[in-house]
Amino acid sequence: MSNPQQLRYSKEHEWLSPAEDGVSTVGITEHAANALGDVVYVQLPEVGSTVTAGETCGELESTKSVSDLYSPVSGEVVEANQAVVDDPALVNTAPFEGGWLFKVRVTEEPADLLSADEYTEYAG
Amino acid sequence: MSTSPRRTALDALHRSLGATMTDFAGWDMPLRYGSERDEHNAVRTRAGLFDLSHMGEITVTGAQAADLLDHALVGNIGGVGVGRARYTMICREDGGILDDLIVYRLQEREYMVVANASNAQVVLDALTERAAGFDAEVRDDRDAYALIAVQGPESPGILKSLTDADLDGLKYYAGLPGTVAGVPALIARTGYTGEDGFELFTAPEHAETLWKALTAAGEGVGLIPCGLACRDTLRLEAGMPLYGHELTTELTPFDAGLGRVVKFEKAGDFVGRAALEAAAERAESAPPRKLVGLVAEGRRVPRAGMAVVAGGEVVGEVTSGAPSPTLGKPIAMAYVDAAHAAPGTPGVGVDIRGTHEPYEVVALPFYKRRK
Repeated sequence: MSNPQQLRYSKEHEWLSPAEDGVSTVGITEHAANALGDVVYVQLPEVGSTVTAGETCGELESTKSVSDLYSPVSGEVVEANQAVVDDPALVNTAPFEGGWLFKVRVTEEPADLLSADEYTEYAG
Repeated sequence: MSTSPRRTALDALHRSLGATMTDFAGWDMPLRYGSERDEHNAVRTRAGLFDLSHMGEITVTGAQAADLLDHALVGNIGGVGVGRARYTMICREDGGILDDLIVYRLQEREYMVVANASNAQVVLDALTERAAGFDAEVRDDRDAYALIAVQGPESPGILKSLTDADLDGLKYYAGLPGTVAGVPALIARTGYTGEDGFELFTAPEHAETLWKALTAAGEGVGLIPCGLACRDTLRLEAGMPLYGHELTTELTPFDAGLGRVVKFEKAGDFVGRAALEAAAERAESAPPRKLVGLVAEGRRVPRAGMAVVAGGEVVGEVTSGAPSPTLGKPIAMAYVDAAHAAPGTPGVGVDIRGTHEPYEVVALPFYKRRK
């Protein structure tokens, strides 16, 4: 399992892409996807809504459990990945790619996000 | 008393296969090896291999072994033929279910009782206590057996390639001692998946040999190792109860819609008889809640403990729920007030984290294999 170097990570196992024109992409890590098992239902924040760093903004349901989705940053949601809503298995098969969750225009970024190496150590 | 989880004889093998392990009733068991959905589908369409060594085997022997079990359990155990098995229950004096069991009659005077892992000690204690005054011995054989199951439509072919035992003559719910892959095993045609399949009881020192032989024999037909996660979705689709969910000490077999396992016609008294006779009458005249199936119209999954609602009122409780790989929708088992329990009853929903999601009431099971 390798965590892409260009991303940053939260302790709730979300990843955040570098901002392009102020917009970053958010997803959950492969480590988190493996821990969840097969994801069967994804509820994403609505486009236009405001998310707050460290607070819940959706949920991920797997065979065995429901997990809250936390936003790693604060900002406005500009896109939600409809493909993953239609086919939640993408979270398992491509967590860092096609299984991305939403895009956010970042207004505030916590100082304690982890680098790939720090996250790899943190996730064990 | 050690609190570290027990490991089965196949533990090293599971780890080498990359299994995600989970604590289950004090045992470290494989939850899944890869995708639980793939494992589920393999059992439905090809074959799956399970380590079930956490199940609790208890041997009952002696001149009065049958009499003891007829007294201790609700079924007609003396009437089970040698080489046959029976699904039954052990109840308290008040009719509450202590556990559901499979009892195998190995010989005229020898039975093997298989209890759920979480209840093995309770069942052992109850049988030991109930054996007082009977010429019978109750023996804890939990450490004497590993249990490997091979389940799914390809399982007869896979097993046939490893044994000379007469599998064609081995009916559903029968068991016979034999040799599989060169090791002695009790071969039983039982399972908890809704598919054809076998459960193989063998000595722990032979478990690896047996597992590897079955793996090799099944390679060409798509057999894969399967964990407890898919075992749960398989049994749920098949409408089979799970102790602690559909069955508890608060419920009698009649409450669970399984009154047929109680055999009042057998001779002599048995533990719980009087209370169960009353429960049978209640079930006949004014059934309280009924165990039903629920199929989601949406995509959210009901979970054990969630309220079943109708017209804004709570009318029941979910006991098990999961996304069904076979139906492609979330399903659940629930106890629902009789007034709302008929298949097709409109307006029934489940309260999922504050939202009332609509569900269709259906008869169990959700899935039945084509014979």
